[in-house]
Amino acid sequence: MTTPVYLDNNATTRCDEAVVEAMLPFFTEQFGNPSSMHAFGARVGGAVKAARVQLQSLLGAEFDHEIVFTAGGTESDNMAILSALEIDPNRDEIIASAVEHPAVLSLCGHLEKTRGIKVHVIPVDGQGLLDIAAYRAALSEKTAIVSIMWANNETGTIFPVAELAELAKEVGALFHTDAVQAVGKVPIDLKSTAIDMLSLSGHKLHGPKGIGALYVRRGTRFRSLIKGGHQERGRRAGTENTPGIVGLGKAAELAALHMDDEKTRVASLRDRLEKGLLQRIPNSFVTGNPAERLPNTSNIAFEYVEGEGILLLMNREGIAASSGSACTSGSLEPSHVLRAMNIPYTAAHGAIRFSFSRDNTDADVDRVLEVMPGIIEKLRALSPFWQGADKAPATFNPVYA
Amino acid sequence: MWDYTDKVKDYFFNPVNAGVLEHANAVGEVGAISCGDALKLMMRVNPETEVIEAAKFQTFGCGSAIASSSALTEIVLGKTLEEALRISNQDIADFLGGLPPEKMHCSVMGYEALQAAVADYRGVEWRDDHEEGALVCKCFGVDEGMIERAVRANKLTTPEQITHYTKAGGGCLTCFEGIEAVLARVNEEMVTEGLISFDEAYRIGAMDARTMKQKTRPQGAKTPNVEPKPIIALADLERAAAGTIVLERPVEAPPAPAPTAPRLTTIQKIKLIEETLESIRPYLKLDGGDCELIDVDGNNVVVKLSGACVGCQQASLTVNGVQEKLIAATGLPLRVIPVK
Repeated sequence: MTTPVYLDNNATTRCDEAVVEAMLPFFTEQFGNPSSMHAFGARVGGAVKAARVQLQSLLGAEFDHEIVFTAGGTESDNMAILSALEIDPNRDEIIASAVEHPAVLSLCGHLEKTRGIKVHVIPVDGQGLLDIAAYRAALSEKTAIVSIMWANNETGTIFPVAELAELAKEVGALFHTDAVQAVGKVPIDLKSTAIDMLSLSGHKLHGPKGIGALYVRRGTRFRSLIKGGHQERGRRAGTENTPGIVGLGKAAELAALHMDDEKTRVASLRDRLEKGLLQRIPNSFVTGNPAERLPNTSNIAFEYVEGEGILLLMNREGIAASSGSACTSGSLEPSHVLRAMNIPYTAAHGAIRFSFSRDNTDADVDRVLEVMPGIIEKLRALSPFWQGADKAPATFNPVYA
Repeated sequence: MWDYTDKVKDYFFNPVNAGVLEHANAVGEVGAISCGDALKLMMRVNPETEVIEAAKFQTFGCGSAIASSSALTEIVLGKTLEEALRISNQDIADFLGGLPPEKMHCSVMGYEALQAAVADYRGVEWRDDHEEGALVCKCFGVDEGMIERAVRANKLTTPEQITHYTKAGGGCLTCFEGIEAVLARVNEEMVTEGLISFDEAYRIGAMDARTMKQKTRPQGAKTPNVEPKPIIALADLERAAAGTIVLERPVEAPPAPAPTAPRLTTIQKIKLIEETLESIRPYLKLDGGDCELIDVDGNNVVVKLSGACVGCQQASLTVNGVQEKLIAATGLPLRVIPVK
């Protein structure tokens, strides 16, 4: 068996050894509760404070107390949106993009159903770019919060959040961004923007799972989601996940150190893979916006084949990636992102997302380039739609839809 | 990732009969690319004997769709059209050692392709108003469409009835609110259509889910347990809806005759146990399992569970069920011990 190739870093990353090492003492000797008066607690409190500063630095936040530690990206997203709806009863509308993560979209759907909240879902074009005219039209004095992701998890397309936040500010609406995929991959400087809240997750940047944070700009009105003790200045009750917080702090520090590597070496690995695949495999194309994209992500649609089959064959070769196909998700729903982009069904089902990290090497790219053409060819040979490269698909009109 | 059986993996990685069949005279094309599934089944039927002499497939779909298609071509080979028409989607799933509940539709696609291919050979048009809807009950693989049809056809008004007719909700019951929602919605429509009265209609929250019983023949996640031959069952439901037949589906095995508890010799005891197991077997087989008698030692009955029962999370329930039946039949305090 050859060395496994992991190209699913948008799903989760390997926790860095240095992160684990930093965390370990906080399970055993440094076990104190940061809220305690005694020395056991005080030392741990200091470590939590240090982690907050590490995260502040990565995000370019003005103050460290703008960081609220949470259990992850989903909790942060929920906190931001639910808080915004509590602040002003006259503002009861939400604006979100059509390609948001389910952590935002499914909450919005729930609020629409149970609380009668009006949700404006802003469409995207074929490259996944936001319809700015529709966004402007949706903004009003009724808007409680705008939630638009920094970068899309499936295509890597980056949204102009700084500009979108300025527009939201004009109508007095709060602006939240789900930056789970962007933090650690692209430079962020929150103090120079009008962004009020930002969600991030530890395990997407080589930190531990089960820890995340919500940035809440100083002065932003905020209502806590989890009620209880005074932790996180009353914004998130519950004894702090101190090992997780320390790990996230370390991960943030390392991400800042590797930011250049991400922009250059990782991006060039991604580009070489993408170019190589498009050259070697006919009827394939890149989805999303290649011009404004995360440096680590490539989403390629292989026409007339289905994603799960591709992933199973890749997995047999020790290569891990993910797919926008219906069949790979528990829900059997095809990717709402690719559907929102109007990618034809024949291609959307065969879309594969390759997501790199600083752990990847040239050898990984070589390996994928070596096996992918054979995999696609094998499945196309089975496909009733496939007629050969650059030929129109077979006329195949199955009964029922 | 999906929990596929080795056989599914084998048929996906090394599919047999893939490709275009020359001179095919029975072709079935089903599925749709928008669903992520499409299957073209090509067969060559001997016009004299109506025996299927060759079968090939082309499939756009996931691993289990390709495996189901390939399995189908193996199953039909050498069968007459009449025999082939009796193949259900469950047979295809069984052939593959089971499919995850969410993937049962792959076997349904195989079933439909076969029906369509036979119709093509006979020169008739085949149509299926197949719809799936969201999967509601994961334990038994029951989708919204199936629940809706059962509710309409049989004027069901309680979640318990839904469990009796479709099995949905007979397992972990995390789908209770989903069942409730479908039932309330369909009942409301039925009130509007004048099919049931306003008072009969189910309303959300009318029932305490904690009082719902678990069915005695459930299956674990590993062994998909969809309604046996759902297509047939759906057709029945539709006929029932049209008022042609009244649907009666026993939920449990018919009660065994009350024991008279005579003194049995060992041979008689073993024979009686064997007969009882034989009577239960069809029900186990409906769920893709089987049970074989290995030994009888005093009051200990050693059995071997096989097929879908193996590795089933609720195998112990099956064992308890078998034990109850044996006790009822023999009047002896038997203990059923499953072995591997």
